[in-house]
Amino acid sequence: MSAPVLYLDGVSVVFDGFRALNSLSLVVEPGELRAVIGPNGAGKTTMMDVITGKTRPTAGDVRFRDHDLTRLDEAAIATLGIGRKFQKPTVFDALTVFENLELALKAPRGPIACLRWALSGEARRRIEAVLDETGLQARAKDRAAILSHGQRQWLEIGMLLMQDPELLLVDEPVAGMTDQETEHTAALLRRIAGGRSVVVVEHDLEFVRSLGRRVTVLHEGSVLSEGSIDHVQNDPRVVEVYLGR
Amino acid sequence: MSVALASPAPPRAAVARNAFRWALIGAVLLLALLPILNRLPADSALHVSDFLVSVTGKWITYAVLALAIDLAWGYAGILSLGHGAFFALGGYAIGMHLMRLIGPRGVYGHPVLPDFMVFLGYRELPWYWLGFDHFPFALLMALAVPGLLAAVVGFLAFRSRITGVYFSIITQAMTYALMLAFFRNDMGFGGNNGFTDFKELLGTPLNTPNARAMLFYASLAALLGAYWICARVVGSKLGRVLVAVRDAESRVRFLGYDTTRIKLFVFVLSAVLAGLAGALYVPQVGIINPGEFSPGNSIEAVVWVAVGGRGTLVGALLGAFSVNALKTWLTSVAPDLWLFALGGLFVLVTLFLPRGLVGLLRRREP
Ligand SMILES: Nc1ncnc2c1ncn2[C@@H]1O[C@H](COP(=O)(O)OP(=O)(O)OP(=O)(O)O)[C@@H](O)[C@H]1O
Ligand SMILES: [Mg+2]
Repeated sequence: MSAPVLYLDGVSVVFDGFRALNSLSLVVEPGELRAVIGPNGAGKTTMMDVITGKTRPTAGDVRFRDHDLTRLDEAAIATLGIGRKFQKPTVFDALTVFENLELALKAPRGPIACLRWALSGEARRRIEAVLDETGLQARAKDRAAILSHGQRQWLEIGMLLMQDPELLLVDEPVAGMTDQETEHTAALLRRIAGGRSVVVVEHDLEFVRSLGRRVTVLHEGSVLSEGSIDHVQNDPRVVEVYLGR
Repeated sequence: MSVALASPAPPRAAVARNAFRWALIGAVLLLALLPILNRLPADSALHVSDFLVSVTGKWITYAVLALAIDLAWGYAGILSLGHGAFFALGGYAIGMHLMRLIGPRGVYGHPVLPDFMVFLGYRELPWYWLGFDHFPFALLMALAVPGLLAAVVGFLAFRSRITGVYFSIITQAMTYALMLAFFRNDMGFGGNNGFTDFKELLGTPLNTPNARAMLFYASLAALLGAYWICARVVGSKLGRVLVAVRDAESRVRFLGYDTTRIKLFVFVLSAVLAGLAGALYVPQVGIINPGEFSPGNSIEAVVWVAVGGRGTLVGALLGAFSVNALKTWLTSVAPDLWLFALGGLFVLVTLFLPRGLVGLLRRREP
């Protein structure tokens, strides 16, 4: 097996004496789709903050391929190839789905370059590919303002894909979605993983089950259990702190 | 799901857009006819008065200013309440040229110095007046000085992430400060009298049908050029980035765009267009004084754009022509009412027509 994409070892984050992360360790392989679950305040969002450089760990190693993420700022980490989807979708309402993706596409970003930009065949193919991947092909010409809640989330995931990340962090993607949209999102994430690694934080256990991959359970800032969904659901410690409530 | 139903029918929108384009082309052709109809014998049914030609020529320069404001405000969300300053600076630059062309024909008959300088006891031309005897230099300055000022103000403001109403207040302060400065006699710009009594431009005596036609067509050409530039910007990816900046600037920054540079680019471009408008305005009205810097002027120009419909180029044109036509009419029948009408118009548009006259005509999406 090749070297891991993401490697966290002994990571701790202390806020005013409160341990949000407590010697957390996590390894994500290339192409892996990993679900992270845990009760409120378990440290899931803090873990993402540490990976993206938003929060500095008090102790521990955070590595992305052979880069030490604890030394880089948010912009540098983003350019390395780590994309993050926040919970609140922010797409550009006044622009069409296609145009939203076009803005996210890797290309020179100065004012003159944007003024002279002409959509090449290659760029169009990349956008079409992401439209297919996210299932938004039929809505390409519609303004983002008229998309459904689920479609807006997919568009935002699509905008992350345009930047061709190697690792995608997705925080609670299915909150507020209909069952049908949740199913579609699970399929989308399964499709995306493979080419890249994906870490999904989610409360919805049915959703995590439908991902059908390795699950990590966080509790009080460290890993409580890890394995298949059936394995963790039957783990007595997990039952006690999370599922049993 | 009602996905298919929710999307707007593109054919109808396209037809509407085409109709707009044709209306626009028709309007331009009609405008271009005015100076020609002016030459018809006075008893001809198609004759148009000198007044109509000169007032329309003035409105055309206002339309250029409106386009400039719309580009910054309607597309990039930069609400400048100081565009009147860029307009006035462009006007002053051409005014300086016109003053130099008076030469020894002034009241005091001084071979070089304009009358106001003789009156104030100047011995020689201040250094910053050098070069203004050449038209190309003056025209260049009419564009460069507003552009430079916008670059400095914009850089300081955008870099410190000053946006929204705070930026608007800064630009109001800018034009107010310039007004006070230009009122001073020792600035060398004629104090509160400004410049007037112009004689000629490019060898054509002003206040003649020829000069009127020349300035009219120059303004019309400038309007078409400005429209073309704005349409290019708005239709490019840059235009879409501007809209994105307007609606969610921090998100654009996360996508890797340097929004300070992007905003600076359109703000400077917008100021240059405003300067061009002012440069064409002054020879037509025959006077420029510090009153052009008054904060109210900038606000009035923003109201044109709001009335016409910001965020559409056609809206800016429509607003500039319709509000100024209303103003010309109203100030001739009831001059005291104009300011109330302007304020009322703004309130009405803000409350009931957020997308302006264009929104009323188009009634497309929400
Ligand atoms: N900037 C901060 N300052 C102080 N405490 C913080 C800060 N950020 C997070 N915390 C605390 O750290 C703990 C972990 O928070 P985190 O947001 O990572 O939890 P989570 O697992 O994402 O929870 P949820 O499921 O509610 O999203 C919480 O108790 C939270 O109050
Ligand atoms: Mg969280």
